[in-house]
Amino acid sequence: MLLFLARRIGVMLVTAICLTFVVFYLTNLPAKLETLAKTQAGTRISDAEVARWLDRHGYNQPMLVRYGEWLGVVPGWVREEPDGTIRGRCVGVRGVEAAGERCGILQGYWGHSTRFRAPVGEVIGARLGATGMLMLWVLIVMVPMALIVGILAGMREGSRTDRSLSTFAIASTATPEYVSGVLFIALLASSTVGLSPLLNQWGLMDAPVLFQGNARSALEGITFWNFTLPVMTIALYGMGYIARITRASMTEVMTQQYIRTARLKGVTFPNIVLKHALRNALIAPFTVIMLQIPWLLNGVVIVEVLFSYPGFGWTLFEAAVNNDIELLLAASVVAVIVVLLTQLISDIGYVYLNPRIRVT
Amino acid sequence: MEQLAWLSIIGRIAQQLLPVWIALIVVFALSIRFKRRLGLYGKLFDSYVGMVGFALVMFWVFTAIFADFIITHDPLAQLRGMRNAPPGSALPTPGAQYPHYLLGGDSLARDVFSRAVMGAREVLTIAPFAAMISFMIGISLGLPAGYFGGRLDTGLTFLANLVLAFPVILLFFLLVAPEIQQTAIPTVMAGILFLVPVLFVMVLLNARYFTQPLKRNLFVGAALLVGFWAYSGLAFNADPLGVWGMRANLLNVFVAVVFVNAPTVFRIVRGITMDIRTRDYVAAAQTRGEGPWYIMMWEILPNARGPLIVDFCLRIGYTTILLGTLGFFGLGVSPESPDWGSTINDGRRLLTVYPHPALVPALSLMSLVLGLNLLADGLREESLRD
Repeated sequence: MLLFLARRIGVMLVTAICLTFVVFYLTNLPAKLETLAKTQAGTRISDAEVARWLDRHGYNQPMLVRYGEWLGVVPGWVREEPDGTIRGRCVGVRGVEAAGERCGILQGYWGHSTRFRAPVGEVIGARLGATGMLMLWVLIVMVPMALIVGILAGMREGSRTDRSLSTFAIASTATPEYVSGVLFIALLASSTVGLSPLLNQWGLMDAPVLFQGNARSALEGITFWNFTLPVMTIALYGMGYIARITRASMTEVMTQQYIRTARLKGVTFPNIVLKHALRNALIAPFTVIMLQIPWLLNGVVIVEVLFSYPGFGWTLFEAAVNNDIELLLAASVVAVIVVLLTQLISDIGYVYLNPRIRVT
Repeated sequence: MEQLAWLSIIGRIAQQLLPVWIALIVVFALSIRFKRRLGLYGKLFDSYVGMVGFALVMFWVFTAIFADFIITHDPLAQLRGMRNAPPGSALPTPGAQYPHYLLGGDSLARDVFSRAVMGAREVLTIAPFAAMISFMIGISLGLPAGYFGGRLDTGLTFLANLVLAFPVILLFFLLVAPEIQQTAIPTVMAGILFLVPVLFVMVLLNARYFTQPLKRNLFVGAALLVGFWAYSGLAFNADPLGVWGMRANLLNVFVAVVFVNAPTVFRIVRGITMDIRTRDYVAAAQTRGEGPWYIMMWEILPNARGPLIVDFCLRIGYTTILLGTLGFFGLGVSPESPDWGSTINDGRRLLTVYPHPALVPALSLMSLVLGLNLLADGLREESLRD
């Protein structure tokens, strides 16, 4: 087990280094640096001035060296200006005496966001908290619902319940977040169409809209009315897939010999499902739920942009749109780490839950 | 001119879609009549789910084909006084044009109905094509990885996992940006990605006919000629005759979508190959002295077709969703483009006041993907039955 873990973590680190380098390369292309120079030093500067700006800020070194600096394994660049002041990668953070030391993400220095005009670490930290709340509620809603749908559909294969629930699961996988979000807003959060004007007319509701189509207020306090739509939008798309895996796993378990034995012993059907089938049927969905978390990240970006909820996904979007290189890099690192960690947990969990798999 | 009521809007839309209905009826009548002779395709018509899915997919396919006859207005034309017009609004000065905006106007006073119909054409030209290229790449790499195993397998699997560990959305933000289009990256990637299908077809034909040199030279030569003709146009926009071509932003989108999809296909093909490799007919072919590429292409691949066809349907749907995501973030599409994702994006700003410009493409996209998923489900059920 330990060897297995060590090897997995080793592969994970190599993957992380490759991925961050790719991200670094793609965000530090010459064209992007030129855009950065223009946004920082003025849009109408000439090509020579752009080159000088890049040179002054240490962007003209080879890509690999800059990647090393960013990572914190290569000493940061140092430059002495004609007037005698010393500039350098670490000078801005830790003062002149730190010139020439290493300061990258390994030392905890994530850079400065040009979009939010604040240290990247702070920005990401605050936004991750907001997204954490969103993800928490998504998982609370999505996982039980998906498991219930899958188990109900899978316990009697081919029945009418199975058919209708399976169709529902297929429909939910066919509805990406930007479609269901638009549908929800038009149906429940619009003051001119959908349900809200009807409820108002009948005098059942005082507020102009039933649910809020904008989740920004959820930062101060989460209420049922401002958080339901974003959570449902993400949960709906992810649910179908988990439900289908659970159903497949459940139908397989229900044909096993030990289920037949239990049935012949006279165990009641609810007891068979809950005590004999459920535990074995939940192995496959567990890994799928873990692997689904990276996919939720997609949904998080779309939903946070659609409902203007300033979380991690929204930050990623803002960083990409505004060419905020260091923020985008940091966001990518976080995203990649989340993906790799969930993969690791799902592998370990699979081995742990399924004693038939031997790790050697 | 009066504003139309909902019933007459539906009636008029149905009337505009007349060519689609006729084509659908013809296809269904013929298919059901001859379903016993049509193999897996015919069996689809035994399953209710499969038929519904097929009908939805074919509806959009025919809509895309006949789009020129269906649209009521130029999808790019902006008519005065029709900004955010509700569905069924009459034009103030119709002239010779169609007198109504059947599904209303968007925020730039364009016809929502015509844009949704033209959007079907945009989506259905890219999505199946991208899925096909992804499949060819996944198959060409997955077959040897699964068949030979060893170091080749380890390396390719690591690369595939590398791409899969990338959050899709991040990859899109990085790969589909205006700055990237100025660099050589999309062209180089397209050069590699589009080369694989050409090689795939070549190896496929060569493995089959290398015992008959005359036939082999003819087939492989023809495939090479057509392949490199298309290749030069698609990847480098250098087709001497100008038949094949792709705009820079479209190429960028295409490359990104293929790049995201191919590793998943690779994993599926590799898994199936490892399973089929141990079968008796593969051992028989090996004993016969067949080469590895013949075994992979003509023994293993045909026997893996069931799950691959099912996954192909799902993948077109998923590609449609991905294209919609790109459009939703305004990445890589021209601002005027009527594709569904960017139309949803345009419509979402005024969503709570004028929902129709965003709702129409949203429902269109959902119905197409739903159709593809139901079709895949029906195919899976029918292919498992025998």
